[in-house]
Amino acid sequence: MEQGGGGRPLVEVRNLSVGFSASMGFFKKRTVSAIDDLSLAAWEGESLGVVGESGSGKTTLARVLVKLLRPHSGEVLFKGEDVLTQTRKEERVYRRKVQMVFQDPYESLNPRSTVWDAVEEPLLIHHVAGDRHSRGEMVERLVAMVGLDPGAVKHKYPHQLSGGERQRVSIARALAVSPDLLIADEPVSMLDVSMRIGILDLMLELKRKLGLTLIFITHDLGVARYFCDRIAVMYQGKLMEVARTEELLERPLHPYTKLLLDSVPVPGGAGPAPPEAVDADPRPAPAGCKFSPRCPYARDRCRGSAPDLTEVSRSRYAACYYPLTS
Amino acid sequence: MPLLELKNLSVAYRLQKGYLMAVDQVSMEVNEGEVLGIAGESGCGKSTVALSVLRILPKSARVTGAVAFGGEDVLTMGDERVRAYRWKHVALVPQGSMNAFDPVISVGAQIVEAIRLHESAGKEEAWRRARELFGLVGIPKERVTNYPHELSGGMKQRAAIAMALSLSPKLVILDEPTTALDVVVQKQILSLLARLQRELGVSFMFITHDLSVLAEVATRVAVMYAGKLVEVGPADVMFRSPSHPYTQALMRAIPNVHGDISQVKSILGTPPDLTSLPKGCRFSPRCPHSFGRCTVEEPRLLPSTTGSMAACHLVGG
Repeated sequence: MEQGGGGRPLVEVRNLSVGFSASMGFFKKRTVSAIDDLSLAAWEGESLGVVGESGSGKTTLARVLVKLLRPHSGEVLFKGEDVLTQTRKEERVYRRKVQMVFQDPYESLNPRSTVWDAVEEPLLIHHVAGDRHSRGEMVERLVAMVGLDPGAVKHKYPHQLSGGERQRVSIARALAVSPDLLIADEPVSMLDVSMRIGILDLMLELKRKLGLTLIFITHDLGVARYFCDRIAVMYQGKLMEVARTEELLERPLHPYTKLLLDSVPVPGGAGPAPPEAVDADPRPAPAGCKFSPRCPYARDRCRGSAPDLTEVSRSRYAACYYPLTS
Repeated sequence: MPLLELKNLSVAYRLQKGYLMAVDQVSMEVNEGEVLGIAGESGCGKSTVALSVLRILPKSARVTGAVAFGGEDVLTMGDERVRAYRWKHVALVPQGSMNAFDPVISVGAQIVEAIRLHESAGKEEAWRRARELFGLVGIPKERVTNYPHELSGGMKQRAAIAMALSLSPKLVILDEPTTALDVVVQKQILSLLARLQRELGVSFMFITHDLSVLAEVATRVAVMYAGKLVEVGPADVMFRSPSHPYTQALMRAIPNVHGDISQVKSILGTPPDLTSLPKGCRFSPRCPHSFGRCTVEEPRLLPSTTGSMAACHLVGG
């Protein structure tokens, strides 16, 4: 389960499966699997990128980790301890230690709360700072820490702030309770291009300063490259490949990783879209590899059974029978 | 003669007090068979340019300057003429249009409706064309009778493009056509657009906040900032050696998957409030090269040494 990481795992999921029930017509129901037998760990102090397209299950994974969603089966471990069987008291501590920054800063802040109130709220809920005075000092410090001027913004409402400033406020809220793990779900995709790097730089700086572990969910491989030590690629609820960032981008082993990479626009005119087998029926054979209907290299074996994530070469993991080797 | 020509176009929206200049003295053109990309952040005026070209601005907007299509003045067209001009000459693929199909009418029927509203085509003829259009944009023809929910996101975006092409316009304006799509589908749509431009000779005006998307399809690129056109030039020039500090900063702000990543840098500050613009160059408060003149005098668009036109005191004379 090392998967190219090192040290101690801070949070780990083992054989995680999550399903949603979908209605198929009036009476029929079936379970749609959002995450299928996923095992992945985030190592202490690293920033782990979870990359995938819509429907890959990356946001579902985040929701399981912050306990907004209960998995069907599998384990979630935090510092080696089971998260799913926590007592209420343990859960309270866990919810402090694991914080989340959401995609849309226009939606995730209460429009009626000033910046001050928004940052103070988690301190009150978790009884972090006792009296008013020390709470006030903490709010000021947090607001300054995310690169905002406390004097200028503390009495402002979200609509008076830019998208980048709002996302900074969300980060200050998350940090208020001194978490160990910060999960960021597409934190810059709603922002204008000129604001993005500023937010990423801020999070990297905070990670260094506070020794945070980061799980960064994104569809953008360029952003993942800038931000992450390791990247896990998901497709339809399955982990396809996980490796150190530079290795994954320079030498993708899984055909899906390669398809993603080849799809990133590069200057020099639109080449043809990267090769992709397009079957009439995009639904994968129930037992086979989920990517096989689109995979240009798929053979019979791929349709018959799904490959497990295995170590293909030293610290390189891919779930593919025929990984792309040189 | 360019296909579409904007001359000193200004658009102001009325607010409770005063006006907001969304587009300020913008001149640009789209030539036949080219893909002009317009890039900029939210509030830069790129969508307002599209709305002016199609004459679908709100009534309260104050428009000055000129928009000419094939030499004909668009801004003074009568209602009857505008109806013929839209769709037949210039069509729009609005932002989010892939999700704007009527869910209870088949996609083909909606295209047929568009065709028959504008032309005296018979039902059968219109359906034949709808099927042909599906084939043209790469959706199996038999799916023309599918309802929107039966198509994938990429197919719906293709269908929206097919609908825009249904009356064979000379110019198609695409507003953020790939923004909601996954990278793989985005790439497919971009190569579709490149193919359509090659095969049909249709011109595109491609509006996006994401410069990197334009790298693939645009033949020329225009960059807007706070209502102003700051730089325009051939795509290869713009991507290889941009002249305006804002274009340069935008390029550096995008982390790529290949190449040097140590140069990636954020742009400090935020775009200005359009109701209280800074004096002189609008980018000057965020510009690393700003000097005395930049905060007093607004730069004009002048030829740069690399072959683009840029509005910057460091570039021009």
